[in-house]
Amino acid sequence: MTTAQFYALCGVVLFAIGFHGVVTRAHQLRKLLSVNVMGSGVFLVLVALASRATGGHPDPVPHAMVLTGIVVAISATAVALSLVRRVHEGDAGEAPGDDAREAGP
Amino acid sequence: MSASGAWMVSLVLAPLLAASIALVVGRRSGPYAALAAAAAIVCSLAGLIGQLERHGAAASAVGGWGSPLGIQLHADGLSVLMLLMSALVGVGVTAYAWGYFGLARRRDEPFNAAASRARESFWPLWLFAWGGLHALFLSGDIFNLYVALELLTLSAVGLIGLANQRTASFAALRYLLASLVGSLFYLLGVALLYGEYAVLDCQRLLELVQGTRATTCALALMTLGLMLKTALFPLHFWLPLAHGNSPAPVSALLSSLVVTACFYAILRLWCTVFANAGTPGAGMLLALLGAAAIVYGSLQAICQQRLKMLIAYSTVAQVGYLFLGFAFLGRSASAVLAWQGVVYYALSHACAKGAMFLAAGSIMRSAGHDQLEGLAGIGKQLPVSVFAFGLAGMSLMGLPPSGGFVGKWLLLRAALEAGLWWVAVTILAGGLLAAGYTFPLLERALANRAEPWVARRVPRGMELASLVLALCAVALGLVAAQPLELLEIGAPFQPLASQEANP
Amino acid sequence: MSWSQCLPLLVVASSLLPGIVIFFLPEERRSWRTTLNLSGALGKIVLVALMLWGVFQGERFVVRYSLLPNVEFRLHADPLSLLFVTLSATLWLLTTIYAIGYLEGSPNRSRFFGFFSLCVAATTGIAVAGNLLTFLIFYELLTLATYPLVVHRGTTQSLSAGRIYLAYTLAGSAALLLGVVWLSSFVGTPEFIEGGYLDEVDPRHQGSLVRIFALMILGVGVKAAIVPLHGWLPSAMVAPAPVSALLHAVAVVKAGAFGVVRIVYDVFGVEFCSTLGVTEPLAMAAAVTIVYGSIRALYQDDLKRRLAFSTVSQVSYIILGTAVLGPLATLGGIVHLVHQGVMKITLFFCAGNLAEALGVHRVSELNGVGRRMPWTMAAFTVGALGMIGVPPTAGFISKWYLAMGASAAEEPWYILVLVVSSVLNACYFLPIVYAAWFKQPAGPWPVDQRAGRLETKLSLLVPTIATALLVVGFGLLASVWFSPLGWASLIVEREYQR
Repeated sequence: MTTAQFYALCGVVLFAIGFHGVVTRAHQLRKLLSVNVMGSGVFLVLVALASRATGGHPDPVPHAMVLTGIVVAISATAVALSLVRRVHEGDAGEAPGDDAREAGP
Repeated sequence: MSASGAWMVSLVLAPLLAASIALVVGRRSGPYAALAAAAAIVCSLAGLIGQLERHGAAASAVGGWGSPLGIQLHADGLSVLMLLMSALVGVGVTAYAWGYFGLARRRDEPFNAAASRARESFWPLWLFAWGGLHALFLSGDIFNLYVALELLTLSAVGLIGLANQRTASFAALRYLLASLVGSLFYLLGVALLYGEYAVLDCQRLLELVQGTRATTCALALMTLGLMLKTALFPLHFWLPLAHGNSPAPVSALLSSLVVTACFYAILRLWCTVFANAGTPGAGMLLALLGAAAIVYGSLQAICQQRLKMLIAYSTVAQVGYLFLGFAFLGRSASAVLAWQGVVYYALSHACAKGAMFLAAGSIMRSAGHDQLEGLAGIGKQLPVSVFAFGLAGMSLMGLPPSGGFVGKWLLLRAALEAGLWWVAVTILAGGLLAAGYTFPLLERALANRAEPWVARRVPRGMELASLVLALCAVALGLVAAQPLELLEIGAPFQPLASQEANP
Repeated sequence: MSWSQCLPLLVVASSLLPGIVIFFLPEERRSWRTTLNLSGALGKIVLVALMLWGVFQGERFVVRYSLLPNVEFRLHADPLSLLFVTLSATLWLLTTIYAIGYLEGSPNRSRFFGFFSLCVAATTGIAVAGNLLTFLIFYELLTLATYPLVVHRGTTQSLSAGRIYLAYTLAGSAALLLGVVWLSSFVGTPEFIEGGYLDEVDPRHQGSLVRIFALMILGVGVKAAIVPLHGWLPSAMVAPAPVSALLHAVAVVKAGAFGVVRIVYDVFGVEFCSTLGVTEPLAMAAAVTIVYGSIRALYQDDLKRRLAFSTVSQVSYIILGTAVLGPLATLGGIVHLVHQGVMKITLFFCAGNLAEALGVHRVSELNGVGRRMPWTMAAFTVGALGMIGVPPTAGFISKWYLAMGASAAEEPWYILVLVVSSVLNACYFLPIVYAAWFKQPAGPWPVDQRAGRLETKLSLLVPTIATALLVVGFGLLASVWFSPLGWASLIVEREYQR
């Protein structure tokens, strides 16, 4: 088994662990962390792929994909965290459970 | 850059630019930015259609940087029809939101920080989502597809969160998590494919892809991820809460555009990238899930007490129709007919469902709630909205003349030609079940009301926007020949159909 | 395409456009609404007269529009469609006058007359539909347009009647749709041709064709109220009287019966139908319906329910005539399409007059009503005698040709059915007539509304008497070329010329 294959395998294992976490954990924060673990798994697979390129230089494409992926993951995590806070702290504005009132005027 | 390339770039950039302006300038610039974006989109789309009709399918590498590192855009009949859908519904929703999120607070209303924030945030979020949709429909490679999907998802989450109640925040969070998991499944599939073929471009992949184990794995992962985002039964758990608790324009956008866009991604994958790898067995499984979705979603919708939850479950059911097309994989003649039916159904469903949610929003605004029980006599208060709801329901039931009828007609033809009786029966049963959840509201609208109404005023523009969208859904049944001709550009379904001929 | 070619389209538009405008009229614009309604109805009659003249001269009006690749939306006017269109246009005018009087002062009139016009537009569309797809489109529109009329009163009872109506008709539509799509996978959607077009289909597909026939008849049979698909009709009686008249005589039930005629004659072809062996079961179903409807009618005390079951029975005469092979039976069936319409609408107008003027709804309350409302009860008597088939009324002509047709086809059973049914008709109509004229009133009427010296409003009385005159006129003038019988023989000639 080459190093790259090992990394890829680790990535897949991480992905599986993360997925298990998302499905089984009840707490939203834990779910969110599990999603991040899944993401790391995918990024590891991509990084491992980069080493397969011929000519000694790593393939830049997976790297670009990982970078983009990380940006997406960070922003999604930030949004999710603020939502988690909102769910747990109750509402900022209107009374909770008042389904009739919508956001509009 | 070619003319069609310029139109494509403008389709993606116009809403993104408008979104940035609305975000930076803030205050009351949102509606005007959206108006400008809508105008630009309509013009660009007309230009693009003109180009495609003359020169056939078009591809363009933005700034000269193509796949894999740059951005590869691609437009054929399928993308154009989806763009048309997004333009129709987008313009309708923008017009509706103009009244819904009103430009100014009315005098009789107390200042409400949350409401005013929602009023401001809606526009940039919606415009980002619009840009994401267009990027998705025009993506020529599978990684850009991922980026577009994420852009769409994140803006959609923001839109759901606008409602600023605990239920809405929870719904948004659940949607975000489900959607992230779906995206990661998809991304892992992309990694596998890249590892196998070192290519991301859809058209190149079509030529290269073989039925290897890694490819099958990638197909399964990507499809699973997108199924979660499309809310195909039994992965629909997040949808009713998210679509049923958002502000009306948001529900309309989510149910009509976002869900269809995710389905488009699946269709694109199966039609171009994996045309040589998808097996009829797997397709049949998807179609069976679709049939289950129709039955389950409709029955759930019939049981709902709240109007918006009812419409949300109806989306679960209608998504099922889109997946029925997969039953025809490998049946060359009927497959093209079935895909035409599916795409046309998606188009008219988008208009109808948009109209339905918008009408429900007006009803909710007027009555102050959306409990079906309390809506007796609403027809007298809001005849236009109720009529729009009825017309949209007519399309969902597949009654002629409506776009839904054309979609069902094509699907039924395909099913009978291929001898797939269960598909035909499901389609018809789904239509009857749709009547089961459309008529409870109409019945209450026509009923007498004992107690007097305490109704709030609904801006005329809101009611008209929903009516126009509903009329679009009906009109699609009368002008079907032209859109179906557009769909032929670039023959997006040819690879699938020819699969039988040269296995 | 010259403007005269557009006549079928104009005839549909003549009730569609007023309908759409009426929706937008405020409730209190009464004169506007009345003007629109009447001008639409009169304009339609003029257009129909133009078409009648043209078709009689052998002209053929066709409007076509490509709906899908290889699928056409097609309107055309042939003698059969004109028979139906003339019937519905004439009765629509009378029903509109009646409805304006009947609903005066009641709420939601704009909504009512809007859907009322849409309903007639759909019926006209059914009549001039040039192929099965077009027929299907208008057939579904009719379902949707009549629903708000059925539930018009908005009470719990009428809402549940509406639910039953939808359940039956939408399920029927689904069957019809399946049949049409299935058939189009064999032959596309060709136009209706006199004598049918399916006899050229590969004989291997005959099994499928039988199933398609069953599906389609199931689909149109719901509206034609063939037993056991008739359940919606009696419950839809809660609707206001003009709606009942519309359902029973002008639009819905007629559309179903007309659909059966179209499918048997102009799609399958009657000879091909009997080759397939599907006419026998259809005739049996019709015979069962005729007898069953009459027996159920005997036991109804509610006047409108009794009339409803009578409709169930009478409409199947049309289907019986259609299903029995031979020109005479066909003639009887097709002419009954018109005759049943005029007779039944008379009876429903009378029932409406009784309810409106005296608040009387039950057969048991009718004692002596003839002295209070002589004109109404005279019309009722004419309609009832027509239903029984007493000469010289229109009903006699239909029954005569049906019986002749049955004997020509050597099916004496059907003559027996006709006789039994006529006896039953007499049993449930004559007691009403007797009680109305010869019994003493039990006491004061629940309400008593006179309109000046008249027994009730003029707008209610005129249509009633007009239709009663038509019942007698169609019987007396049956041998004239422009009578329904004359026109029906023109149709039959064309159907059997192949």
